Amino acid sequence: MWQDITLQDVLIVSTLMFFSGVYGFLTRRNLITMLMSVELMLNAVNINFVAFNYFLHPENMHGMFFALFVVVIAAAEASVAIAIIIGIYRRFKSINIEDVSNMKY
Amino acid sequence: MNAFEYTFLIPFVPLLGFLIIIFNFNRFPKKLTAVLATGFIGFTFVVSIYTAWQYFFQMGPVNGVYPKFIGFDFEWLKLGDHLSVHMGTLIDQASVMMLIVVTTVSLMVHIYSIGYMHDDRGFNRFFAFLQLFSFSMLSLVMATNVFQIYIFWELVGVSSFLLIGFYYEKPSAVAASKKAFIVTRFADLFFLLGILLLSFHVGTFDFISLTNPENFESFNLSGYALFGLSIPALALILIFIGGAGKSAMFPLHIWLPDAMEGPSPVSALIHAATMVVAGVYLVARLFANYALMAPEALALVGYVGAFTSLFAAVIAVTQIDFKRVLAFSTISQIGYMMAGLGVSHYGGEEGLGYMASMFHLFTHAMFKALLFLGAGAVIHAVHTNSIREMGGLRKYMKTTHITFLIATLAIAGFPGLSGFFSKDEIITAAYQSNPLVYYALLVVAGLTAFYMFRLYFLVFWNTEPHYHLKPHDPGKAMLIPLIILALLSILTGYIPFGQFISSDGQPLHTHLHLDMAVISTLVSFTGIALAWMLYKKPSDMPQRLIASASTLYRWAYNKFYIDEVYLFVTRNIIFAYISRPIAWFDRHIVDGTMNAIGWVTVTTSHKIKGLQSGQLQKYAFAFVSAVLVISALLVYYLLNN
Repeated sequence: MWQDITLQDVLIVSTLMFFSGVYGFLTRRNLITMLMSVELMLNAVNINFVAFNYFLHPENMHGMFFALFVVVIAAAEASVAIAIIIGIYRRFKSINIEDVSNMKY
Repeated sequence: MNAFEYTFLIPFVPLLGFLIIIFNFNRFPKKLTAVLATGFIGFTFVVSIYTAWQYFFQMGPVNGVYPKFIGFDFEWLKLGDHLSVHMGTLIDQASVMMLIVVTTVSLMVHIYSIGYMHDDRGFNRFFAFLQLFSFSMLSLVMATNVFQIYIFWELVGVSSFLLIGFYYEKPSAVAASKKAFIVTRFADLFFLLGILLLSFHVGTFDFISLTNPENFESFNLSGYALFGLSIPALALILIFIGGAGKSAMFPLHIWLPDAMEGPSPVSALIHAATMVVAGVYLVARLFANYALMAPEALALVGYVGAFTSLFAAVIAVTQIDFKRVLAFSTISQIGYMMAGLGVSHYGGEEGLGYMASMFHLFTHAMFKALLFLGAGAVIHAVHTNSIREMGGLRKYMKTTHITFLIATLAIAGFPGLSGFFSKDEIITAAYQSNPLVYYALLVVAGLTAFYMFRLYFLVFWNTEPHYHLKPHDPGKAMLIPLIILALLSILTGYIPFGQFISSDGQPLHTHLHLDMAVISTLVSFTGIALAWMLYKKPSDMPQRLIASASTLYRWAYNKFYIDEVYLFVTRNIIFAYISRPIAWFDRHIVDGTMNAIGWVTVTTSHKIKGLQSGQLQKYAFAFVSAVLVISALLVYYLLNN
C-alpha cells in the first residue's frame, strides 16, 4: 500500500508542514512556539531531501546525509535558541515576542 | 672602496644627536644635553678637519687638478629603471671648505649657547634643533646630486623655521618664522622647477657628471625657449631664484631681517654664516654650468648680487636695531659673494671671481658669526636690541669690545684682517670684467665700513645711558668662542685660498693687487672716518644730516617699503582677487555639495527609520512575503519562456 505513495504526495505533505511552520512563526507570540515552528520548517525540508533522494536518485545517498546533517544542526540550533530565550526571560521577565522590541533604530 | 668612506659620519653624528636629545628633551638635565650636543658636533668638527687635511694635503691635486670623490653613496629612492635618487657625500674643494665653515661655526655656536641659553626653559629643545640644523646643513653641502641638495635645502629651511620661532610665545617670533618659511618656500618652488627642467634635458641628477664641462656636448639642450632664453639659461635662472630666496637676495630678502627674532646664536649660525650662504654655494656648485652653458644667467646673478649689496648697505646705515643692522649687513655681504660669482669666468686666472667669492664666504662666516655672537653678548648684558639705548659699553665689556672691534675691522676691510683680503679679490675680479658691478661694490665697501663703525661707536662709545644693572662681560662659555672667532677673523685672511678653491680644480696663484687694495682701503677708511666724526662722541650732526636728506632717510629707514609692497600685493591683490573667490567657491560650492549629500541622507533616514520597529515578526513577514513574490515572479518568468 505504501508503495503507491508518489513523490508528489510527499511534497504536498512537506509543503503543508512548511507553511504551517511559516504560519506559526508569523502568528504565535510565544518564543518557544516560534522555535517549534522553525523546527517544523526544518523538518519539512528534511522530508524533501529524503523524498528527492528516494524517488529520483535511489542509487546514492546524498539526500539522506543532508537530512542527517540538518537534524544535527537543528539540535545545536535549538540548544542555542533555548539559551537565548532563557537569557531573554531573565532580562524581560517574559518570553512574549512583543515585549522584546529593543532592537530598533 | 675609497678613502673617504668615513665621511658619512659627518652628517650622521649630528642626526644621532638630534634624535637622542629630542626623544629625551623632558628628561635630560641641561648639563647632559650640553655635553652630548657639543661632543657630537665636536666629533663632527674633528672628522671634517681630518677630511680637509686628507683631501688638500695628503692627496692633493692629481695632475694639477683637484679630483672629486663620492665618499659614500647609497640608493635612497628607486623611481623606475632609469631614475633613482641617491644619498651620499661628495668630496670636492667647495664641499670640503663648506664642511670646515659649517662645523667650525656650529661648534662655536654650540659652546656659546651653553652660556647664552643657560636660563632658558627650552635649553634641550634648542640644542636638539641645532643638531638637526647641523645635520641638514652638512648633508646639503656634501650632496652628491641635485635632489639630495633639494631635500636638505628644505630641511635647513625647516630648522631655520623652528629656530626663528624658538620663542614661540612671542607673536612677532611666530610671524617671523612663518614669513621666513613662506618666502623661502616660495623661492624653492622655482628651484624645483629649475631642477626638473635641467634634469629633464641633461638626463642626470649627479653633480659630478652634471658639472663636468667635457660632458656638456652630449647634453641634449635644444628645444624651444621661453622669453627668448635658452633652456639652460631658463633652468639656471630658476635655480638661482631658489638660491636667492635662501640667500636673501633682492627682492626675496624680506624674511632675513625679521628672522632676527630668533636667539642670537641662531642668527650667528643660520642667518649669518651657513644657511644663508647656501644660495651662493648652490650657484658655485653649478658654476661650470652657469659660466659655460648660460653666461646670461650668470650675469643676472652678478647684477642681482651687486644691486642687493648696495640696497641692503643703504638700509643698514639707517637701522637702529642692533641685530637688524647686522642682518642687512649679511644681505649686503652675500650680495658681494653673488656679485663675485657673477663677474667670474670659468677656469684659470679668469676664474678669480669664483675663488674670491668662496674666500669671502669663508672669511665672512667667521667675522659675521663673531659679530652676531658679540651682539648676543651685548644684548644679554643690556637687555635691549635698540642701539639708541646702548653706549659706552667699552668700559664694562672689555673682551666683548675687543673681539667686536676685530670683527668690525674685518668686515670693514681694514688692511691685514681677513675681510680685507677676500673683499680685495672680489673687487679685483669685478674690476677686470664689469665696471658697473665694480663701482657698486666699491661704494658698498665704503658704506659697509661706515655703518659697521656707526654701530660700533654707538654701542661701545658715544653717550652712556643709565643702566639699571651694570653690564658686564659674559661668562667663559660665551667668551671663548668670541676669542677663537676673533683669532680666526684675523688669520683666515692669510690662507692662500686660490691654492685650495678654484673654479676648475686647478690651484690658482693669487697675489695682492696693490692698486685695488689702495683704492678699497681708502674707501673704507673714508667710511670709518665719517663714522668716527659723526658717532664717536654725541653730536647733533647725524640729526642734521637726517633732516637734510629726510626723504631718502625715511625710505631707507623703512627698508624702501618693500615689506609694504609685499603686503599690498598679497592682501589687496592675491587675497582679494584670488584667495577670497577660491575660499567662497570652497565654502559654498564644494562644501555645499557635500553638505547637501549629508542632508539628503539624514532626512531620508529619519523618514524610513520607522521600518526598523524591533518587532521580529514584522521582519519575518516582510521576508516571507518578499520570498513569495520573488518566487511567483520567477515561476511566471520560467513558464513564459
